[in-house]
Amino acid sequence: MLRGIPQTLLKRQQLYDLAFRSVTRMFAFLVLALLLGILISLLIGSWPAIQAFGPGFLASHEWNPVTEKFGALVPIFGTVATSFIALSIGIPVSFGIAVFLTELSPLWMRRPIGTAIELLAAIPSIIYGMWGLFVFAPVFADYVQPWMIDYLGPIWFIGPLFKGAPQGIGMLTAGLILAIMVIPFIASVMRDVFEVVPAMLKESAYAVGATTWEVVWNVVLPYTKIGVVGGILLGLGRALGETMAVTFVIGNAHRLGTSLFAPGNSIASALANEFTEAVGGLYTSALIELGLILFLITFVVLALSKILLYQLAKREGTLT
Amino acid sequence: MRLNRRSFAPVLLLLGMGVSSAASAVDITGAGATFPYPVYAKWAEAYKAKTGSGMNYQSIGSGGGIKQIKAKTVDFGASDAPLKLEELEKEGLVQFPAVMGGVVPVVNIAGIKPGGMRLTGKVLADIYLGKIKKWSDPAITEINQGLKLPDADITVVNRSDGSGTTFIFTNYLSKISTEWKDKVGSATSVSWPAPTGAGGKGNEGVASFVQRLKNSIGYVEYAYAKQNKLTFTLLRNREGQFVAPDDKSFQAAAAGADWKNAPGFYEILTDEPGKASWPITGATFILMHKNQANAEKAKEVLKFFDWAYQDGDKLALALDYVPMPDAVVKLVQVEWKNKIKDASGKPVW
Repeated sequence: MLRGIPQTLLKRQQLYDLAFRSVTRMFAFLVLALLLGILISLLIGSWPAIQAFGPGFLASHEWNPVTEKFGALVPIFGTVATSFIALSIGIPVSFGIAVFLTELSPLWMRRPIGTAIELLAAIPSIIYGMWGLFVFAPVFADYVQPWMIDYLGPIWFIGPLFKGAPQGIGMLTAGLILAIMVIPFIASVMRDVFEVVPAMLKESAYAVGATTWEVVWNVVLPYTKIGVVGGILLGLGRALGETMAVTFVIGNAHRLGTSLFAPGNSIASALANEFTEAVGGLYTSALIELGLILFLITFVVLALSKILLYQLAKREGTLT
Repeated sequence: MRLNRRSFAPVLLLLGMGVSSAASAVDITGAGATFPYPVYAKWAEAYKAKTGSGMNYQSIGSGGGIKQIKAKTVDFGASDAPLKLEELEKEGLVQFPAVMGGVVPVVNIAGIKPGGMRLTGKVLADIYLGKIKKWSDPAITEINQGLKLPDADITVVNRSDGSGTTFIFTNYLSKISTEWKDKVGSATSVSWPAPTGAGGKGNEGVASFVQRLKNSIGYVEYAYAKQNKLTFTLLRNREGQFVAPDDKSFQAAAAGADWKNAPGFYEILTDEPGKASWPITGATFILMHKNQANAEKAKEVLKFFDWAYQDGDKLALALDYVPMPDAVVKLVQVEWKNKIKDASGKPVW
């Protein structure tokens, strides 16, 4: 039978295959090369600052362009704190949305709500920033913050987080706006992975008398955990790197405080604010080093989550 | 308006065709400061309509402008903060002022109208240092007798992005207060000493914070304060007069400045003498190389700014920028003649 295929055709198809393989491989390597290139140029750009400040850069809270003394503690703290607030609100809400859409909602409601969530993800971040500054912040300052100061302020331990003047802008506002921005990402990924859980698994659980909550917690979530962690990471990535929306509402003050109402700064917004008019080598270099730090933070978070998933998989392996 | 535009469109099209075929048209490029961008863009448009030569300006920020001109990727750079003479010499650059603007303190206090409150440089510095904490401080009530000022904490608002506005403002405070000079200094962004307060991005960010936060004070460009009818304050100038910010008081400051004895035009128009001078005025600057390999392009840049000095005044004033006084323009053109040379050493201008 093989004799029927002309040798030239075979050759040609082999060539096509080879070309296809090389092209796709090139695209994949391109990403790797880009990543490496960015890392190298960040390193080169930040070298003067690394030499001048050493590891003390990470621990210093000073940021003084006049005397050229720079430290990254305030923006690092701001970035991590706002992302933490965003995720601690965003994850439970997204989880609720996804569970409702896949398990509880009537069929006709699924599509409009799902579409609405996806549309939320398509809004440009500057719109969130302006909405946060002009609409959300005044309402938050006039109605919510005074209440928080009165009722949460006196509580032991967490009280100092809710002290200060109700200005409407600050770390908490930035975290809340970020939460709204990450919810569509996390919720739509969660919904998509929840949907692929085999109906047979779920129905078997229901058949032995499990409640909806038990099915979600013991069947759906374990089955989809990689996807869920992936969705959370997607949200975290957006929260860590978000620039415009945060710049509008965080207050942009290079100051370290315990209160969540106080203005702070994040790495991305410090870059957006100061890069264009940064004059002088060391100043620019310090800003680039901030960028490098953000890069590393993202990398560490990614690595940690991979390790977490690996550990989970290993434990399951030993259990069964 | 719509009718006008439609009937002009063919004319403009014809003009454009004539222009593109004209052999003499040389397009120049510049990059730098964001503050003067609106007026440079307007000038470029009018200049192109008149001469056929285009000017392409990218507002990438002063820092970027300085970098680009040093790397010779543009025909001229633009910066809000002037370079010091030593740096100009080192890089072989010439610097001259193009257009002026002013910085205006704005406040949000119940019952205070625009121009209704008086401040001095010393008070302003102490407020931003965090030393004067309340509006009812004797230092403020003393110069505002008859004005009811609340016994409330002052919230200080600053620009969070690096900007020429901050440079001019902090330069003024440094001239007035030695404490400010020692503790903070002046730059396009500084480490703000007040223990409370927030930073807004851009003039609009500062303005929206000031309008929202009760009993706050901020500083914005004059054009922005005027167009948005913000509550500006009067300021006491060097001669002890309280003046309001407008184009006349800015020009008075420029006229009072001693440009002749400012090598490389390193002159920041803050705290200038003159009874009518607004104390926080500043020019924005153009940077060019002294030795021009392409003399034709250099000449085109100088021709553009010569035209802007002569015929661009109205356009600048319409956008609430302040044109340079004629006496200063004369000095600038002398500088062009003396410093900018082509490859053979002949003056370009």
